[in-house]
Amino acid sequence: MSSHYEAPIREPLVLGEKSYHDISVDIGAPVLGKASKSWWIVFTIALVAFLWGLGCIIYTVSTGIGVWGLNKTIGWAWDITNFVWWVGIGHAGTLISAVLLLFRQKWRMAVNRSAEAMTIFAVVQAGLFPIIHMGRPWLAYWVLPLPNQFGSLWINFNSPLLWDVFAISTYLSISLVFWWTGLLPDFAMLRDRTASPFQKKIYGILSFGWSGRVKDWQRFEEVSLVLAGLATPLVLSVHTIVSFDFATSVVPGWHSTIYPPYFVAGAIFSGFAMVQTLLIIMRKVLHLESYITVTHIEYMNKVILLTGGIVGVAYLIEFFLGWYSGVPYEDYVYLSFGAATGPYWWAFWALIFCNMVAPLSLWVKSLRRNIVWTFIVALVINIGMWFERFDIIVIDLSKDRLTSSWTMFQPTFVDIGTFIGTIGFFFVLFLLYARTFPVIAQAEVKTILKSSGESFKRLRAEHGDDHSHVQQVEQYPGDAGPAANVENSQLRGSFSPDEDELVQLDYGLHQGKIDELISAVGTFDATVQERDNLKRIMGIGPAVEKKLHQLGIYTFDQVSRMTDREYELLKEIFGVFPSNPEMDDWAGQALILKNQK
Amino acid sequence: MAANKIHAIYTDDDLLLQAVKQTRAEDYHISEVYTPFPVHGLDEAVGLPPTRLAITSFLYGLVGLSVAIWMMNYMMIQDWPQNIGGKPSFTFYQNMPAFIPIMFEMTVFFAGHLMVITFYLRSKLWPFKKAENPDVRTTDDRFLMEVDGENHDLEILTKFLYDTGASEISIIKNEQDH
Repeated sequence: MSSHYEAPIREPLVLGEKSYHDISVDIGAPVLGKASKSWWIVFTIALVAFLWGLGCIIYTVSTGIGVWGLNKTIGWAWDITNFVWWVGIGHAGTLISAVLLLFRQKWRMAVNRSAEAMTIFAVVQAGLFPIIHMGRPWLAYWVLPLPNQFGSLWINFNSPLLWDVFAISTYLSISLVFWWTGLLPDFAMLRDRTASPFQKKIYGILSFGWSGRVKDWQRFEEVSLVLAGLATPLVLSVHTIVSFDFATSVVPGWHSTIYPPYFVAGAIFSGFAMVQTLLIIMRKVLHLESYITVTHIEYMNKVILLTGGIVGVAYLIEFFLGWYSGVPYEDYVYLSFGAATGPYWWAFWALIFCNMVAPLSLWVKSLRRNIVWTFIVALVINIGMWFERFDIIVIDLSKDRLTSSWTMFQPTFVDIGTFIGTIGFFFVLFLLYARTFPVIAQAEVKTILKSSGESFKRLRAEHGDDHSHVQQVEQYPGDAGPAANVENSQLRGSFSPDEDELVQLDYGLHQGKIDELISAVGTFDATVQERDNLKRIMGIGPAVEKKLHQLGIYTFDQVSRMTDREYELLKEIFGVFPSNPEMDDWAGQALILKNQK
Repeated sequence: MAANKIHAIYTDDDLLLQAVKQTRAEDYHISEVYTPFPVHGLDEAVGLPPTRLAITSFLYGLVGLSVAIWMMNYMMIQDWPQNIGGKPSFTFYQNMPAFIPIMFEMTVFFAGHLMVITFYLRSKLWPFKKAENPDVRTTDDRFLMEVDGENHDLEILTKFLYDTGASEISIIKNEQDH
């Protein structure tokens, strides 16, 4: 059908021979399987960092802000640096999900879920800093317009700091409902696929009883579009207002009219760098290379190039205008000759190198498509953007109008610990998310499969644009499950053996391994035993099931006897094996299914 | 009399769309369609009117803007006017430029949240709500069309649905009296 047409010149966004079912299996696999050892190691490190930061926060609140390295000249330092850094990182998610939705960019669908998760977790970290900086966080509700005992002395709506309160809380809450609404169909998929009653209950609650009626989908798409329309100006307003914190002041270097567009571009720049950092690791660990492809990474690199270019031009303008104004105070602002050669020269050059020089390498196509290089550049940008905020805040304050009060800033262990703690907290949240949430918007990816899937693109290339896209799905009528809302449901497969299993396998070469495998798991006797539907095990799709059938593995009982040794044998026999039995714990799942029979 | 419903399951979205059009052309009544993802053009093919959620969002946005204007006018101009950095606080009009960011944020806040709440209520989505899709595979890769049996000859209707490409068909007896 030509309605799925997409220009052949566009690169496929879903690689491999994927069916709709394969997408469900691949996205569900990390959630329905078991956590790997490396996940536990990273999680433990993040948790320790988080607890260390929590200790520093408790120490700060119980003792006072004096435990930080602030002094009379530099009254804002790491706290606001970290706040702006985290808020900036929190800009990429909404940009991907909202702005790219309005521009109908299909590649956003593979990355929007995780980018939005990153956004929400980053904004949570950002919100911590102003609350800690209040000194008495239990009075944080004073920022709200509530009647009070001081004759209703209202909050000051003229202050950019109060605008921040409204902007960031609106941004956080709108991002959250945007994210959750998109999650409903994917939670429903997990709810309907899992074999565990506990998971079924949890995902049933989280999915809000999503049923996928045609009217629900119509509303869903409308709501997504309107939320994208609302979130686009919202995301621009948030960092604009953050920049007002500085731009409306009278401090040299802060009082700058180009701050709003420059800050927004910088926020998107740093946000995309963080998305790259996280997704490059995630696609590897969760085996999502078919969905988050090199093409996706290249597209994000192009956004980094564009926003990085805007930031670079803004630096040059700031530097030029500071000099051109002829105002002596401007000689010491963060982008000036004075800063480049003064005591903070290292911070100045870190900013220039990380944000202006390093990203230029992405103009080279081979580097833009190089995953390792992209990861390095993304890390460098993350560091550079932290220095940008540090430079703006600390360098500008360190040399004020009174020469006798010039000083430098020395962070204490509390400053450092709190910052590391928020990084730990961020990764704790992200790692928990990666284990329990569908990390790719699978319902949306299914909508682009026929237009942007590799196999469908090949189909059109070989048979013309009007060729039928109807998928021939393998039938497994024994699966016809009962209603999703019936608890303790029993799904049982019983179907006649089909003899169309034509996977290439060199029996002679692997005979020894096959014998070893079968002797470990037991043989299948077709005359007395009945085949089980192995596809009910998470991680086993139609293709893998065929392979198992070839070896003579037909029942849950056989699969439940597999150990790591048998998994290894399977991989050796087939060479390329599209599943990860250890992670999905086939044997454990098969045991449950066997006992349900 | 018991009313029967027929559940026809399709394995492909193109096939489903074609079947929906054929079923409607034969004047059978489609009471519901369950799909794992939004199928483009399906709502029109089924004959659903467009949703009015975008209009509600606009109205909610107006409410948010009004609340913001009323709130800041009451707090900063009427109830306790203050001289803050020399910014004029005698009339709302003079002080308004400083209020624009919050007017914008509250418009977005009301428009977004109230629309989503309306969506959840209209589509009956909330925690602990039981799912109503009749087959668990409709969130994975199957597409289910529910057709009213009414007083059609079920033999002819099932035959017709098979010819539209349905892979499975089941007749659901409705026990309720009408």
